[in-house]
Amino acid sequence: MNDTTIKYEKENLLEVKNLKTYYPIKGGFLRKTVGHVKAVDNVSFSIKNGETLGLVGESGCGKSTTGRTILRLLDSTEGQILFKGQDITKLQGKSLREIRKDIQMIFQDPYASLNPMQMVGSVVSEPIMNFQKKSLASLKNEVIELLRKVGLPEDAYYKYAHEFSGGQRQRIGIARALALRPKLIVADEPVSALDVSVQSQVLNLLKELQDEFNLTFLFIAHDLSVVKHMSDRIAVMYLGNIVEIAEKESIYEEPKHPYTQALISAIPIPDPRKKSNRIILKGDVPSPANPPQGCPFHPRCPQAMAECSLSKPLLKEVKSGHRVACHLY
Amino acid sequence: MNLMLEVKNLKTGFDIEGEIYHAVDDVSFSVKKRQIVGVVGESGCGKSVMSLSIMQLLPKGIGQITGGEIKFRGENIEGHTNDEMNKIRGKEISMIFQEPMTSLNPVFTIGFQIVEILLNHSNITKPEARNKAIELLKNVGIPRPEKIVDEYPHQLSGGMRQRVMIAISIACQPKLLIADEPTTALDVTVQAQILELLKSIQKKNDMSVLLITHDLGVVAEMCDEVIIMYAGKIVEKTSVDNLFYNPQHPYTKLLMASIPRIDVEVNELTTIQGIVPSLKNMPKSGCRFVERCPSAKPECSTVTPLLANVGYEHEVSCLLYEGCYPREGMR
Repeated sequence: MNDTTIKYEKENLLEVKNLKTYYPIKGGFLRKTVGHVKAVDNVSFSIKNGETLGLVGESGCGKSTTGRTILRLLDSTEGQILFKGQDITKLQGKSLREIRKDIQMIFQDPYASLNPMQMVGSVVSEPIMNFQKKSLASLKNEVIELLRKVGLPEDAYYKYAHEFSGGQRQRIGIARALALRPKLIVADEPVSALDVSVQSQVLNLLKELQDEFNLTFLFIAHDLSVVKHMSDRIAVMYLGNIVEIAEKESIYEEPKHPYTQALISAIPIPDPRKKSNRIILKGDVPSPANPPQGCPFHPRCPQAMAECSLSKPLLKEVKSGHRVACHLY
Repeated sequence: MNLMLEVKNLKTGFDIEGEIYHAVDDVSFSVKKRQIVGVVGESGCGKSVMSLSIMQLLPKGIGQITGGEIKFRGENIEGHTNDEMNKIRGKEISMIFQEPMTSLNPVFTIGFQIVEILLNHSNITKPEARNKAIELLKNVGIPRPEKIVDEYPHQLSGGMRQRVMIAISIACQPKLLIADEPTTALDVTVQAQILELLKSIQKKNDMSVLLITHDLGVVAEMCDEVIIMYAGKIVEKTSVDNLFYNPQHPYTKLLMASIPRIDVEVNELTTIQGIVPSLKNMPKSGCRFVERCPSAKPECSTVTPLLANVGYEHEVSCLLYEGCYPREGMR
């Protein structure tokens, strides 16, 4: 191990700085760009080695776009993504391929993300074959070992995806993501397509694997109870911005941002004797193509002030490790 | 006349390669006036098929009711012809579906789709129906209803579309509303809005609701009584309070323990081993949960348990309870 490895071992595995990802809106006869959907608009956060950062928000808030930009499946418009201290936003060709080994993804839909024509063995071995020269026998052993690790039987190797249930398919997807022993896994809604009894199996598996392989997770989900169960720290996104980021205890026990407060209060509590003090938000999330001036949340915010429609609040530290973007603080 | 809906021994089968497999097998329950009854279960447990059976909207030639009674306000509607059902559907019993994106017709305006049901079921003129439609949209909390009435579904967000669906379903003030996962496709803050709306309409219109969901949080918040289904059968039927504080069936207990909760911190979630058996591999006799059940006894795979009372308004179908053994001669 050389000096540099030791340095980032201690520091953040991933650091995202002022990331912006815009989708162009094409219009008119010549398909000129007439505007931008600001899916991710100036987002900054970091993930420590071995940590799980939960990214929550409602549909369209940009959480999946953030995940995909980090994976370099989408190109960023501005900003930096530092992986082990190296900016990966501009990487091309060989160096990009190298980084792909270290960052892998688990997809939401276990039905759409596996090739129906491929045997499970070949689905899981494909990433390995891509990067390493191995004999067929040792490759097969490695794949079977991976399948065993994610709780699938050995004979799954010769089966096709359609022969498995949703939960088992998600396990196949996890085995594929693990195949190259990545450092960082972006899990985009990994359990939202699963039933509750199966969901808990997969969540437990992800936690076990994290301990065993020292994985770092960016865990994207809309279900706040699931995110709470999985994460160490949580970032709340709204309309392309992170509005609050903190340790999970602080987020759930003393949410600072009015949006986070509303979001947490909106979760139905599975206990008929507990009455929730629900904050019901008015209206819908505005379109990210035409976000409101000032704070993106102010048109729906129950505590909006005059200032909120004028200037956009920045993420400020209000307590150690707890940052909020709101003019109330 | 306190009972709104009474389902007795309902069996619904699907024809797969010439053989009938029952997705709903011998299900009985009732919904009282002004009551919200929740139906909980995982995908494939038969909860949606059950609601389609009540509405008699099963896919023709594939799914069919093979036995049992469906009584609506005392009258058996099982076996009604399509014409007879058309008088009931939308007017007396109406339904909200899960996907607000696909359950509205994309080529007609919102107004047209509400007016359609009003003209079908009541004697009013078109302009009156249009005014009524605008009023309905206002009641379900849609801003600028005079404009939205002329817009198309794709111009609205998911939450708005679900509000339109609710407006359509309550247009004729039905006595019973069947809501099949009405908030599953929506975000939590919008879900909170829609649940609140459903509750206020239910109170105002004195409606009974059959709420189908897999979200136990929604159940705790909305329902009076709950039915837990597993693999086409009811395994437990009780009040909401009993469900959360005194669940009896092993499946219910595990289900309750396997959801991550926002108010309780656990290190490892409880899991239920294995998966729901598919329709084709359903055990022919015995309890259907036997293979995944931690408290299974040898006779569980041969003796089919009955749904029996284990407490006040608390029914369970499990051989851990003496009353669930079939009586002699029925085995």
